Amino acid sequence: MLSYPTVRASLLFLAIAVAGLFVADIAITTANPWRDLGQFFIGVATPNFFSTEGLLTALLRTVAFGFVGVALGSFFGFLLALVYRLLPVRIFCAFIRAIHELFWALIFLQFFGFHPLTGVLAIAIPYAGIFAKVYSEILEESDPEPSRLLPPGTSAIASFLYARIPDCWVQIRTYTAYRLECGLRSSAILGFVGLPTLGFYLESSFSQGMYSDAGAMLILFYVLIATMPIWVRPKLLPAYLLAAPFFLGEGFPIVWGNVERFFTEDIVPSPLRNGEGLAGLSSWLGDVMITEALPGIWNTVVLTQIALVATGLLSLLAFPLISKHFTGPVRRTSGHVFLVIARSTPEYILAYILLQLWGPSMLPAVVALALHNGGIIGHLIGRQTNTIELRPDAPAGFTRYSWELVPRVYRSFLAFLFYRWEIIMRETAILGILGIYTLGFYVDSAIQNIQFDRAMILILITASLNIGVDVLGRYIRRKLALQTMPTC
Amino acid sequence: MSGFAFNDLRASFGDKRVVGPLSLEVQQGQHVALVGKSGAGKSTLIKLLYERLTHQASLVPQGLGLVNALPVFHNVFMGQLDKHPLWYNTLTLIRPFRKDRDTVGALLNKLSISDKQWTPAASLSGGQRQRVAIARALYRNANILLADEPISALDEPMAHLVMKALTDQFSTSVIALHDVDMALAYCTRIVGIQDGRIALDQPASELQAADIMALY
Repeated sequence: MLSYPTVRASLLFLAIAVAGLFVADIAITTANPWRDLGQFFIGVATPNFFSTEGLLTALLRTVAFGFVGVALGSFFGFLLALVYRLLPVRIFCAFIRAIHELFWALIFLQFFGFHPLTGVLAIAIPYAGIFAKVYSEILEESDPEPSRLLPPGTSAIASFLYARIPDCWVQIRTYTAYRLECGLRSSAILGFVGLPTLGFYLESSFSQGMYSDAGAMLILFYVLIATMPIWVRPKLLPAYLLAAPFFLGEGFPIVWGNVERFFTEDIVPSPLRNGEGLAGLSSWLGDVMITEALPGIWNTVVLTQIALVATGLLSLLAFPLISKHFTGPVRRTSGHVFLVIARSTPEYILAYILLQLWGPSMLPAVVALALHNGGIIGHLIGRQTNTIELRPDAPAGFTRYSWELVPRVYRSFLAFLFYRWEIIMRETAILGILGIYTLGFYVDSAIQNIQFDRAMILILITASLNIGVDVLGRYIRRKLALQTMPTC
Repeated sequence: MSGFAFNDLRASFGDKRVVGPLSLEVQQGQHVALVGKSGAGKSTLIKLLYERLTHQASLVPQGLGLVNALPVFHNVFMGQLDKHPLWYNTLTLIRPFRKDRDTVGALLNKLSISDKQWTPAASLSGGQRQRVAIARALYRNANILLADEPISALDEPMAHLVMKALTDQFSTSVIALHDVDMALAYCTRIVGIQDGRIALDQPASELQAADIMALY
């Protein structure tokens, strides 16, 4: 077994995660966590859809922000994809997608305030970076032969329209639709920083202990996501796109003086602002590094590694739930429901709920990340096993699982897991806003203390960390010869 | 003027020489059949000629190069994208003009696939796909034809029809063929390729099928 590089890599990551458990804070600190959890489930089971009229508005805003943000992101992402072979473009895209939607929202909130533009840009900017990368990969994979056959005088645009786009159109459309679902999740969690989407109402009903209201919101959100194939139709899309900007709400007007001040004063490191020169700057940077960045990086990395392995274990446990090789149709349906709920609940909302119930520690974050990401990977792997035909006399039960299926899907399982490594780290950093001591915690505190210069430095550090993990993940996938399509 | 003469044609795959060095002169009016074992270098030679002719030829490659998502009409229309302004091409992508529909339709009729004009290339059979690539080459109407096994997936009557259409329309052509009888029937000159070099070069009228079989 140990001679397989995939097994060695898995064991190495497992060992790192176990070591991480010894240094991580994974205590449950609330007095009565299980009673709270029970009350929450009772709340979900007895949803109250009529408590506030704000609920429907929030749902509408969530959809509107999602549509406008993803549409702008895909438009600019497509333009960027056309010039993606240029190194500066690639670096720029890697940078804007390494910063989480919520961080973008926190930045824009400081100078645009609660204007719709804040929410739209917070989604559109990181999504443009992701779209650029994936679109360019799709375009690159299109068959080059047809364009080689065109007569020499053909314009580049005509050649692109006839010989490239049709070949990848289906893939582009599928991926964009898939990102739209991700965009709705992003839009929902923007509410946690004060925009008028679902997260805002979820947070306020939760903090008042109104679990039935929170339950109603979650159920509506699942219904919204699950019915997407019904209400998102190609023919209706233009209508949605035209209407969406009008449903973003008014917000508050932009004060342009704030915008100017933010860029010319707020984010300039304070020693430079106060004329303390380079000496002042280096001691200031040292202070940021030691008191905030390094502890933040440490906690982010530890939590990421634990969550990554927990995600892997959960996916391996969960995929039989929807695999035709194990369960009858009834159990397979309930497995589907569990995985759909696990993957369509944004990890941020899961973490928020578990934090409220169990108190602040790394445990709720690990469970939330593992449930969400494990749900996604488990679903993909389970679906993959359904394409496998076993010989008629194949063993059943655990032997079938361990001898027939896991070896067959293990490589693609690892591919998905390493693909999501960077996503898990991005989420881990952001969960700090909820009070876990990852990088997001320090960013959020710096913003609360009106130290935007510190916040910007910390966001840049977070982005570099994400880019680093992305590069490392790609290196490992290449080393182990693992291939995968993007997931979000 | 549509003949050509190229010296020092050569191609390697890694450090293995696949073609050449060889010289090939083709005069206007000649229909040249390239024959030889598979792997002898015929396809590579066709590709080399296409590059040297700076794409100024109608090409039917072995892989056909169809855009699978587009209907047959658009795959054929692509042969004349250089003849129209961008707005015309873009509009045609959405809704073709009657004039072009008729021209392309007539061409497809000649190849007996006019019923497939609006079918995406992806859902055609191998023989139909081959005829679409041939229709595109005919529609492009360059002076020279370069074709790599253009009748490999066609039944005999259809193969005759296609070979006749190709040699009628193009005054000059270089066609890689594995069917020796077809080569003798429709081409005026036979060039045999062996291990990347020219091993035989004779007018078709002076050759028998048995003379060519020596190459195999």
